[in-house]
Amino acid sequence: MGRGWVVVDVDRCKGCGLCTHVCPVKILKLSPDTFNAKGYHPVTVTDGDQCIGCAACATICPDVVFTVYRRRRVPKQTPAALQLTAQLTPQPEG
Amino acid sequence: MTLTRTEIPEGMELVYSYPDSLTKVSSHYCPGCVHGIVHRLVAEVLDELGVRENTIGVAPVGCSVLIYNYINTDFVGAAHGRAPAMATAIKRIYPDKVVFTYQGDGDIAAIGTAEIIHAANRGEPITTIAINNAIYGMTGGQMAPTTLPGMVTTSTPTGRNCEVAGYPVKLSEILAQTAGAVYITRQSATDIVGIRKTKRAIKRAFLAQIHGLGFACVEVLATCPTNWNIGPWEAMQWAKEHLGGFYPVETFKMTDEVKALKA
Amino acid sequence: MTKQLLKGNVAFAEAAVRNGLQAYFGYPITPQSEALEHLSGRMIEEGRVFLQAESEVAAINMVYGAACTGVRAMTSTSGPGLALMAEGLSYIAGSEVPVVVVNMMRGGPGLGNIQPSQADYNFMTKSAGHGDFHPLVLAPASIQEIIDMIGLAFELAEKYRTLVIIAGDGSIGQMMESAELPPMQPVRDTVPDWAVSGAKGRDPNVITSLYLGAEKLEALNLRLQAKLAEIKRNEVRSVEVATEDADLLLVAYGTAGRICVSVLREARKQGLKVGLFRPQTLWPYPEERLSELAEQVKGILVVEMSAGQMLEDVQRFVQGRVPIHFHGRMGGVIPMVDEILADVEALAKE
Repeated sequence: MGRGWVVVDVDRCKGCGLCTHVCPVKILKLSPDTFNAKGYHPVTVTDGDQCIGCAACATICPDVVFTVYRRRRVPKQTPAALQLTAQLTPQPEG
Repeated sequence: MTLTRTEIPEGMELVYSYPDSLTKVSSHYCPGCVHGIVHRLVAEVLDELGVRENTIGVAPVGCSVLIYNYINTDFVGAAHGRAPAMATAIKRIYPDKVVFTYQGDGDIAAIGTAEIIHAANRGEPITTIAINNAIYGMTGGQMAPTTLPGMVTTSTPTGRNCEVAGYPVKLSEILAQTAGAVYITRQSATDIVGIRKTKRAIKRAFLAQIHGLGFACVEVLATCPTNWNIGPWEAMQWAKEHLGGFYPVETFKMTDEVKALKA
Repeated sequence: MTKQLLKGNVAFAEAAVRNGLQAYFGYPITPQSEALEHLSGRMIEEGRVFLQAESEVAAINMVYGAACTGVRAMTSTSGPGLALMAEGLSYIAGSEVPVVVVNMMRGGPGLGNIQPSQADYNFMTKSAGHGDFHPLVLAPASIQEIIDMIGLAFELAEKYRTLVIIAGDGSIGQMMESAELPPMQPVRDTVPDWAVSGAKGRDPNVITSLYLGAEKLEALNLRLQAKLAEIKRNEVRSVEVATEDADLLLVAYGTAGRICVSVLREARKQGLKVGLFRPQTLWPYPEERLSELAEQVKGILVVEMSAGQMLEDVQRFVQGRVPIHFHGRMGGVIPMVDEILADVEALAKE
């Protein structure tokens, strides 16, 4: 399961291919055997698990094809930090 | 609209979504056209600044003549090159509204040269977005004032000969000379970093108006895949190398107040 | 209100301020620059918008922008400036925003000179820009009349959402006469619902003259033509003197019309039955009344400060029912009473 996820509005795509070049994990490809309503080969996601949610695709897309999601990563805490947090913040009763 | 992959996994947060200030109308621009990118950036900025309902745009003549179908604000359609004159009047009547012009290189640096220089010189607190793709797109690929030396266009079939056709116009450098301009910058919307910087510049340019500081213009190096006769990605690379090589991507004027704005 | 001695250009400028003019953008050009100068002080005093533009091209586009916000906006110029404004005038007509333009005609073509003429008649009445439209053209013949026509011009411009041109000339602009200015009217504080003001709580308003689809543009043009037909029905204006028993009808407008009043007086002293028909609207032209008069008289003498531009319209409306003669001077020369009277006397002998 990847860190990011993109929703693709297929009919807005004009098959310009800019996103396919800027995706850092190279999971975007113009689908060779399908056409969208405009008659273009729209973009498809080849391996969604690799998506890192960087939104480069959304940044370069002239047609707002992408909606981008990302899982928020909570950094791993050291035991010392966890202990200090417990000391300083009120604990629930019981 | 045909959304695919709508089954968003758990724990995901929204990072980017469709801007409110953009209409849902699918644009007429060619695949890969930078107009689509910059329209989106303007819409994102209007959303972030919360000024959509207070904004009046002035449309040019050129491929982006139909910008009013795509950006969700009041608009007036100017004659070719005359947008800064219309914007001047509208802003002087409504000093508390956000007034912007969006113009191509022919609109602003050929037929509209007088209007933009004088608007800048008067320090009209309007925001101008100037798209420079070194060609006349809408009319089929003729020479623009910013066409590079040697560049082949439909009206320079053997390449632009500067001794006959004149030299490319460096508009930002000229506008930076005017006393009324407070922020003049050239950006390049030809890669991810450039697009992000362009957005920040556009935001700063709108903030300069909102804070009543003076005239601001963002020139954006862009592509025209169709009339350059190359694909969208190749056009981005060509623009980055050749337009970026000729037109310095830098800020030519930025007053201290503009610098202090949080963009 | 009391009468004051006023210079024509100052009079119409002040009348505009008193009629709630909210925005003026202009460029100096003789013979109307005094209007710009007067407004540069008064508009600022009254807290309105004034700007001397960098050219007439910029000025008319500023007026167009202002008109899109629904405020009362105008400019003033002379022939060479109006020519530069032609593009803007066409956009104004096609976008259906109300605008008033005052044209103080001078000798032409080209740079010409700064003396008065009436040589922009065709330019103004036929369309004043590219495409199918006619501005509403008002023709004052005195300073009081131009003062009154300013208020009328704004009303008509707003009533029909159209372009109104006041056809003055250098003589009216420069001369001084006793006239009465209207009282100060407040500036309107509401805007029409089609105007741009920021799309708060409503769908965006888009004001444009672009209609890419041919059928859509035809629909706009049909609407414009219907509007012009309505203007033709309702807004024709003319003035006549001593026409009831006239044998010879003088037809003239503006300063030429005013001179013809003196010609008329002299002719009548000699017992010649001369009348005067003076159109106050050049478009729509008072063709019906002219037609009626043509039935009554034995001859028509058109007097113009041009090669004969209104003459062609008169010929078109009269359709050969009576002989039409012409007395014209060009290049800024003003026809004098005696030379016109000589023509009247010669025609009377025939």
